[in-house]
Amino acid sequence: MLRKTLPALIPFVVIVIAVEALVRLDLVKAYLLPPPSAVFLVILHDWPELFGALAKTSAGALIGFAASTVFGISIAVFLASSKGIQRAFFPYAVFFQTVPIVAIAPLLVIWFGYGMRTVIASAFICSVFPVIANTLNGIVSTDPALRDLFRLYGASTLVTLFKLRFPAALPQILTGLRVSAGLAVIGAIVGEFIGGQGLGSVVDVARTQQRTDKVFAAVLLASLLGLGLFGLINLISAVSLRHWHASEHD
Amino acid sequence: MSLSSAAPTLGVGVRLEKVRRAFQELVVIHDISLRVETGEFLAILGPSGCGKSTLLRIIAGLAVPDSGTVTLEPSDAPNQIGYVFQDAHLLPWRNVLENAALPLELMGVPPAERLAKAHEALANVGLQEAEARYPSQLSGGMRMRVSLARALVAEPRLLLLDEPFAALDEITRFRLDVQLRDLWIRRRMTVIFVTHSISEAAFLADRAVVLTRRGGNIKLDHRLSLPETRSNELRTDPRFASDMKVLLTAMEEEQ
Repeated sequence: MLRKTLPALIPFVVIVIAVEALVRLDLVKAYLLPPPSAVFLVILHDWPELFGALAKTSAGALIGFAASTVFGISIAVFLASSKGIQRAFFPYAVFFQTVPIVAIAPLLVIWFGYGMRTVIASAFICSVFPVIANTLNGIVSTDPALRDLFRLYGASTLVTLFKLRFPAALPQILTGLRVSAGLAVIGAIVGEFIGGQGLGSVVDVARTQQRTDKVFAAVLLASLLGLGLFGLINLISAVSLRHWHASEHD
Repeated sequence: MSLSSAAPTLGVGVRLEKVRRAFQELVVIHDISLRVETGEFLAILGPSGCGKSTLLRIIAGLAVPDSGTVTLEPSDAPNQIGYVFQDAHLLPWRNVLENAALPLELMGVPPAERLAKAHEALANVGLQEAEARYPSQLSGGMRMRVSLARALVAEPRLLLLDEPFAALDEITRFRLDVQLRDLWIRRRMTVIFVTHSISEAAFLADRAVVLTRRGGNIKLDHRLSLPETRSNELRTDPRFASDMKVLLTAMEEEQ
């Protein structure tokens, strides 16, 4: 574990030291780029407020992500049921990927009001497409020989879905979830800019107060949330795919 | 219940009447008529792309001919076909035992019974030690044996094999050839074995059919002369050599 995470920490430490040095040597103004030491002090000082915001953002991102998982997989199963359905509806699924979330966020507030529901909706819209696309891709590319085998023994469509197509698509589904987890955090924070809570709101308020150190503190916590979610999916992936390939054994 | 102690499973006869199959303009199988006797071990030989696999899929009912008929005799039992593909095609998320039990599971056989039968089928291919392992932990030859056990677990009356050992090294293939032949002697199901390997056809089968390169027709229908029980020493037998020559000549004319 340590041996795997250590290499990733080295660039972080190097950048932190470099930025600190740049500011201390007055090569960059502190109000433009706050020294990391100041950011850490803000985190310590404003911890109750920041932690509360982090908890809200986490809840919004997680619920939005969970909704993306459930609906994304269901939509993919629906799309996979026939070529015609896929042709008719997939372009609308693409909508979720191309929608400029910043532009429609004000609409979400009108629909769902200030607070959590807008944040969840925003996280969902941002993160559902990779789940749909990857699940669909996994389900429709099931090994034809195995489909033949299931047909040969009279398996119904539903049995084939649950005993073959789904488990066979698991690696692709997890790839989708991995991408989607990060997008859910982005979506939640954009929603919070408008919806008025969580880390998004902290960033928004700190920005108007010229508190770049606090902006950075909130951004850092948001990235840690994204990293945490990503790590969680990787863990689930490693456990559920442990028998698949040599690569997951490591 | 044991596969080995039970009375030999009866095979089925297979009758093809003017079977034709085309993909757009390309006629892959051109009015093939062929009779496979009950309990016969038939090899179908032909160059790549001659429609052997398609023919096998049609016999299995996995593909529909454009015209002509396929009849299994008798045709009463619905799950009488076992199928082995070019690669093992196992489910990577299931262990060996669960993979071998899959056909029975899909047929609705209760867990205890299907696992017991899968256990026997695996023992028959010498894999009783590997039941708890996963496909990613097996060699290519072992995976193919699991695939063979899976095809045999439902005690099919017709076993269809589509170049099953083509990807394996020669020693492993020789071993599996002998094993397959032994299983057939014990079970007496009808076997149709598609291959592009002349020596494999000559060694394994009782009868070999060579398909033409274009038009997917029958070029040669040859009865092989090796004794019933086969061992690898027979690969140097003069009868084997003469069968090889007959098949080789027919195949060469189709290159």
